[in-house]
Amino acid sequence: MTTRYIGKPLKRKEDPRLIQGIGHYVDDLNLAGMHYAAFLRSPYAHAKIRSVDLSKARRAPGVVLALSGADIDGAIQPVPCAAQIPDMKPAPRPVLARDRVLFVGELVAAVVASDRYAARDALDLIEVDYEALTPIVNPEKAIAKGAVPLHAGQKDNIAFKWELEGGDLKAAFKAADKVIKQRIVNQRLIPVPIETRGVLADYKAGEGQLTVWSSTQIPHLLRTQIASMLNFPETLVHVVTPEVGGGFGTKLNVYPEEALVAYLAIQLGKPVKWSESRRENFQATIHGRDQIDDIEVAVKRDGTVLGLRCRVIADLGAYYQLLTPLIPTLTGLMMTGCYRIPAARMEITGVFTNKMATDAYRGAGRPEATYLIERVMDLVAAELKKDPIEVRRKNFPQPKDFPFATPTGLIYDSGDYQKALDLALKVADYKKLRQEQAKLRKQGRHMGIGVSTYVEICGMGPSSAMPAGGWESATVRVEPTGRVSVMTGSSPHGQGQETTFAQMGADILGIDPSQVQVVHGDTSIVPYGIGTFGSRATAVGGTAVYKSLQKVKEKMSRIAAHIVGSDPERMVFADGRISAKESAKKSVPFGQAVSAAYVAKTLPAEMEPGLEATTFFEPTNFTYPFGTHICVVELDAETGDVKLVRYVAVDDCGNVINPLLVEGQVQGGIVQSVGQALLEEAVYDEQGQLITGELMDYALPRASDMCWIETERTVTPTPVNPMGVKGVGEAGTIGATPALAGAVADALAPFGIHHVDMPFKREKIWHLMHTNGRRVQ
Amino acid sequence: MIPAAFEYHAPKTLEEALRLVQRHGDEAKVLAGGHSLLPLMKLRLAAPRYVIDIGHLRGMSYIREDSGQIAIGALTTHAEIEDSALLASTCPLLPETAAQIGDVQVRNRGTIGGSLAHADPGADYPAAILALDAEMIAANTSGTRTIPARDFFVDMLTTQLQPGEILTQIRIAPRRPESGTAYEKLHQPASGFAIVGVAANVLLGKGGKSIERAAIGITGLAAKAFRAEAVERALTGKTISDKLIEEASRNAAQGVEPLSDLHASGEYRREMARVFTRRAISRAIEAAQGGASRGGA
Repeated sequence: MTTRYIGKPLKRKEDPRLIQGIGHYVDDLNLAGMHYAAFLRSPYAHAKIRSVDLSKARRAPGVVLALSGADIDGAIQPVPCAAQIPDMKPAPRPVLARDRVLFVGELVAAVVASDRYAARDALDLIEVDYEALTPIVNPEKAIAKGAVPLHAGQKDNIAFKWELEGGDLKAAFKAADKVIKQRIVNQRLIPVPIETRGVLADYKAGEGQLTVWSSTQIPHLLRTQIASMLNFPETLVHVVTPEVGGGFGTKLNVYPEEALVAYLAIQLGKPVKWSESRRENFQATIHGRDQIDDIEVAVKRDGTVLGLRCRVIADLGAYYQLLTPLIPTLTGLMMTGCYRIPAARMEITGVFTNKMATDAYRGAGRPEATYLIERVMDLVAAELKKDPIEVRRKNFPQPKDFPFATPTGLIYDSGDYQKALDLALKVADYKKLRQEQAKLRKQGRHMGIGVSTYVEICGMGPSSAMPAGGWESATVRVEPTGRVSVMTGSSPHGQGQETTFAQMGADILGIDPSQVQVVHGDTSIVPYGIGTFGSRATAVGGTAVYKSLQKVKEKMSRIAAHIVGSDPERMVFADGRISAKESAKKSVPFGQAVSAAYVAKTLPAEMEPGLEATTFFEPTNFTYPFGTHICVVELDAETGDVKLVRYVAVDDCGNVINPLLVEGQVQGGIVQSVGQALLEEAVYDEQGQLITGELMDYALPRASDMCWIETERTVTPTPVNPMGVKGVGEAGTIGATPALAGAVADALAPFGIHHVDMPFKREKIWHLMHTNGRRVQ
Repeated sequence: MIPAAFEYHAPKTLEEALRLVQRHGDEAKVLAGGHSLLPLMKLRLAAPRYVIDIGHLRGMSYIREDSGQIAIGALTTHAEIEDSALLASTCPLLPETAAQIGDVQVRNRGTIGGSLAHADPGADYPAAILALDAEMIAANTSGTRTIPARDFFVDMLTTQLQPGEILTQIRIAPRRPESGTAYEKLHQPASGFAIVGVAANVLLGKGGKSIERAAIGITGLAAKAFRAEAVERALTGKTISDKLIEEASRNAAQGVEPLSDLHASGEYRREMARVFTRRAISRAIEAAQGGASRGGA
């Protein structure tokens, strides 16, 4: 295969329609006779519902249906949770609350009306008699003695306990010269995709056909879940995912609104649409992170880390969403990072609180792990008065050690951590940065340098390690005109696989990328698939595409060889022709071989007509991308402002199909990390009200908060899939926060401070630099 | 955005608009650029029965010289103020302030009259308007009146404007050659509003070594924007030095109850008022000594 397109920075095929605003998101779809749903949500974090009176709402102009939890009793199953942890307690969330509500934003009633305004106005006419109960917001208070259990029939608010231990921890701590302890908090975040959620459902009673358009990352899983929740034949459910304006994991889920809108459409026999407001998105779409990590690390004087012990309190919120309990366990699996740490133990306590559920947010458990272990490395360096680079180098496994087994039971596929680190140090000119820092410190300026050497777990599969299938599907069909359809079970929502899979198709079949159309997100067209999350679409979904393309190519080779009289093994695909290696005369246009497959008059003996192949690919292992990020900040002692001065990112995601898209993923992820490090925090008050409930109060990073990001790559292919690709969708959020945190801590080192919890808001930093209004230094 | 139902009026003339606000009084809200009213209506925190959209009125968006003053129409957008050549030479403080409001989209739609009439405690213009001793021209069906900037802001979201009145014009004296101005702002990272915003307008004595007069407007710190008179007094008639500026700035929050919220405690706001007052005064003096105000930080 010649790589004319793979590895090249092709512009995205998706972009022209998105930039012009002529793509179609759920809210852009309109059907004849369409009605609109609006949902009444609990204003209380914890309350009993004494009664719900819908009579006035039902009489309101335009209203055709109004329902409370009692009205749908038994008709819709609770919100599903696919993650299973031994002995986890049940916490079923009814799609509409029945007798109690457990978080602000929980659904209490649904209204359908002829237009959006009528539906929204009718919500104000619903009378709910709540009996307010004391909310539990702080997870440590939730598990303190005497705390009232939130879920009926349970004795406390512990959802589960999960333990993981590997290696001889006792020996490690016994052999240690020092034990360092630290509490590290990973704050709750609101993911904020640009497009909020949206659902449109249409039911054709005659055919019994239910079609649901949803802004989701998992169209097929959603179809299965809607069928299960509504007890509706799966064969008659059709899920379509139009343009999705970002997900970051929030749409890797099944929400009550998805089942409810479908149910309302079935009840009414009319199309029903619901578009989530930003406020609803903040309150009732999953949140991310929210861990308290108490760590103890055993080290030798020379910087060798012997063992790591970590107790985690994971704030799950009030109920489980699809993967809620699973997320913190990923932190456990990855807690030793890119280091040879012989012994490690993690105990996770999953806790119920009166908040929205946490679940997968870009990185999903791995940013927490990387943050934890990278903070540990910096703390070790500070304690031993060593350079943080030296401590990291000391504990790296060597390239010859791969595949590398961790005490947490993982096998890292491939890696060369020194190489990425060395390149980052060179690009940043680390030595010079340290000299500059020393100079500025003498001038009373506060420069900090942070480094993060990370490894992440990507390419989510195999199935044995996944709650719901670790494989992906792809069908490749060459249409009679010679155009190529690639149907992928992945569900891209910004990742750009319409472009990268077309690049693959073009190179493998020797045609132009414009001839290849990637189709996704329609359960009637695409074979059953898993979806896009966990940086898996290229490594797993792409491999399925690759294999299907190879199958089609192999069949076309046989057809072409049959026509020109040559050996199928000798056929070369290039420039829209299939030619025998031995003679330029033995050549057919690509289209002629395609025609032959469909006209079916000149096929080799016993060959089936048609030109289509399907693959269900399951990898044998995860992939483990890695890299080094270096960050330079300067603090303004007067205001506490953290200014990004430089950012160097060296990422290794294996082979690359489109470097432009890799660059976009890395930059976007780093910016999102800057959000977590400097600005973002979902704040609930003591009453369980989300006080960062709007973009007026929840600060996202903007262009003006950033410095130029200097990116480089090393390439260490994975042996796990034939293309050697690892995945890069989450690398930025995984690698960057520790570098930012390290830089801020480094700037504060002269104040005797070695760890600060995120976000590094100005006032917090200002306080640390002053005591009673006076500068410490 | 799904607000509560309202009756929408789009008068074509100021007279018509004034008659409408007169008739509907408290039940009416005036809509200009929409950047204060619409977010409140979106959340149904405001649900006016009548919305009087004055965005279609002709002749209320201008920046011109008028009887020795600069007159700015209330419907002039932040972007127009930011880009005005006339203001750049006669009143550089206003373009500098406008450039720090929100983002490009907000500045393209939001108007100076709308912002001043709304009187958000974190709005930027009030600091500048106070430091410039501007005059507000308000109209009702029986005529117009002039409200000095110092009297205009009454409390959080409250001004001297009475029901039935519309702010039509802002009038400013052009700068004198020996004066200098600056606006220094600490922005709230989510909304872009001022946690503290300080506008300084200084007039230097002969030789440029002393301060003849200083006007300091502070926004964001308290429920309403105010003139930091204690700072002004500490500067007036004094010889310029770093120490003078530093010490005068310590009075920035004197006699003021600072706001305290998610983004900044009262203690922090008070400290930032000192820091940003010092920065604004220093830069205003530099501008005056340089003979012309320089652009924003």
